Amino acid sequence: MKQRRYLFEQDEHAQLRAEMRKFARNAIAPHAHEWEEAGIFPRALYAEAAEAGMLGLGYPEALGGSGGDFSHVLVAAEEIVLEGKSVGTCVGLGSHGIALPPIVNFGSDAQKERFVRPVLEGKKIAALGITEPGGGSDVAGLRTKAVRDGDHYVVNGSKTFITSGTRADFVTTAVRTGGEGHGGISLLVIEADTPGFSVGKKLAKTGWWASDTAELVFEDCRVPVANLIGQENAGFVAIMMNFVSERLMLAAQCVAIAELAYRETVAYARERRAFGKTLTGFQVTRHKLAEMSTRIAAARALTGECVARSLAGENDAGLAAMAKNTATDACSWVCDQAVQIHGGYGYMREYVVERLYRDARLYPIGGGTREIMNEIIAKTESY
Amino acid sequence: MKILVPIKRVADPANANKVKVDDDATKVTSEGLEWVMNPFDEWSLEAALRLTENAAEKARVGEIVVVSITPGEGDTDHIREALGKGAERGIVVPAGTDEQLDASVVAKILAAVVKKEEPDVVLMGKQAADGDSAVAGTKLAELLEWPVVNYATNIATSDEGKTFEVKRELDIGVQTLKVEGPVVFTSSDRILRPDSIKNGVTPDDFEYADLGDLNSRLSNLKNIMAARKKPIDTMTLDDLGVELGVGTEYVKFTLPQGRSGSAEFVETVDELVQKLQTEAKVL
Repeated sequence: MKQRRYLFEQDEHAQLRAEMRKFARNAIAPHAHEWEEAGIFPRALYAEAAEAGMLGLGYPEALGGSGGDFSHVLVAAEEIVLEGKSVGTCVGLGSHGIALPPIVNFGSDAQKERFVRPVLEGKKIAALGITEPGGGSDVAGLRTKAVRDGDHYVVNGSKTFITSGTRADFVTTAVRTGGEGHGGISLLVIEADTPGFSVGKKLAKTGWWASDTAELVFEDCRVPVANLIGQENAGFVAIMMNFVSERLMLAAQCVAIAELAYRETVAYARERRAFGKTLTGFQVTRHKLAEMSTRIAAARALTGECVARSLAGENDAGLAAMAKNTATDACSWVCDQAVQIHGGYGYMREYVVERLYRDARLYPIGGGTREIMNEIIAKTESY
Repeated sequence: MKILVPIKRVADPANANKVKVDDDATKVTSEGLEWVMNPFDEWSLEAALRLTENAAEKARVGEIVVVSITPGEGDTDHIREALGKGAERGIVVPAGTDEQLDASVVAKILAAVVKKEEPDVVLMGKQAADGDSAVAGTKLAELLEWPVVNYATNIATSDEGKTFEVKRELDIGVQTLKVEGPVVFTSSDRILRPDSIKNGVTPDDFEYADLGDLNSRLSNLKNIMAARKKPIDTMTLDDLGVELGVGTEYVKFTLPQGRSGSAEFVETVDELVQKLQTEAKVL
């Protein structure tokens, strides 16, 4: 098996990968199965991930980050998936990756100190709250209301499918402060100890088990005006800005998951014997594996190109959507084939590919569905 | 305190099954191998870092120079890795081939580096994970006419390395020694325990995190980037006045017998014993 990397990677990416590999092997892999089955990983892991330099990646040193850009976050996440072998743990640890950027980009210095630094130190957990029970991708139609009352906003409504929602210390929450449409949306940081904030329930999911997902409820929840990120009614742009990097992150996770499923399957096929030879002794298996690695290489190439363009300042939402759909499809197909080659064992919970098969199903849905991606592509191609 | 930490690059012990010998069986080939820092040297690097920092304030208070003798052009990857973990400077000595670098040559090169650098301590792995000869540290001390303490499990100083109290675990118990610097230490894995190093600067009640299966601390991207700006000097054998001349001649290498990978199930213990006697011939 050839170890393939993104074309944009430099020396420091290789070193970063090596360190993250050690962290994941030591701190995650021995517990991966147990945490996935338990539906949660220990809170203490956040502090360990911070110490290992994972949480601070992509954040400025002035805020307690370890510097670097999106490309570093992405290769670190790949190593955590490949060597930690628990996608749920990786995405749970990474939920700040969508919760913090609006604060970093639009928040005041005081807000950055209060909210960003403790998360990068592993002391607080951050979540992002956009989706509502009544609507997901239709951000402009969101209904959670925030009404100004003196120095506070009074928030009413609910959010769902919130990653890290059951134990987040704060949620970067999209609320309606103004009229209909995208012009009436603001971002508020709502702290978990705010009266009127409650976790409705922990949601049982198809995959991503080690990552907790929750429904959140706001009932006359009084949030200080000091927690407003940026200008009132200007939240939509901050949310949209987040989407391109979130989609690339999801595409990269798909590449990593597919790569892991592929590696597990090659190892299995080399060992497993049937009709007097190993599975790799059969042309049908070899060709299937060849096609798996081909699709992974293609998904990696497009994702890598999109990341490189994004880092060069080219914000191509259409290409990011294409990358997400391509990587999603590759991942779903590769995981399906991985289970098939594993046969009965592929259907058993103790095998990694069984779990990856379930984890993979999230990606054509989360962070914008494949249909929404196609709408974006259609729009940017101006049909 | 200034500590010299020699680092050897070895074939990844986790992939030892990839090691091959060449056709005439006189040397181990390095083709296709992944190189890692010798894990025993990594322990020493971690110990050296703890001796030269105020861990409570995450501040460096001493100097670590890592030196690596590398065949061919002089690979600096593992020096960079050590610099990323906190060492201040690196020295690479490009020299010969792996077979030409036996423990006596290595000791001569290191002795020459010590004379140029004048460290207070040389802290090195008790052995290399490939050759396992475990003599380079002792040979180095002999050439320098310095004291040597092998397999140290605890190192403590309260006067910046002028004197040390060192512990070693032996079959008969724990031996405690007092030694004056300059000195050569080789370390055991127990040097990684949270309370194994006391340097008189890090507060006594400071608790190092348990490293688990790690051989040394991890470095974050900030430190990796900072390490790129740290100096790595090249010293040639000419600079050091050392000539290659191997004291050890390798006659033959034999790989361990590969496993067949097939398993056979037996019904009874008697049958097992019989097969072990007649077929496997191990009883």
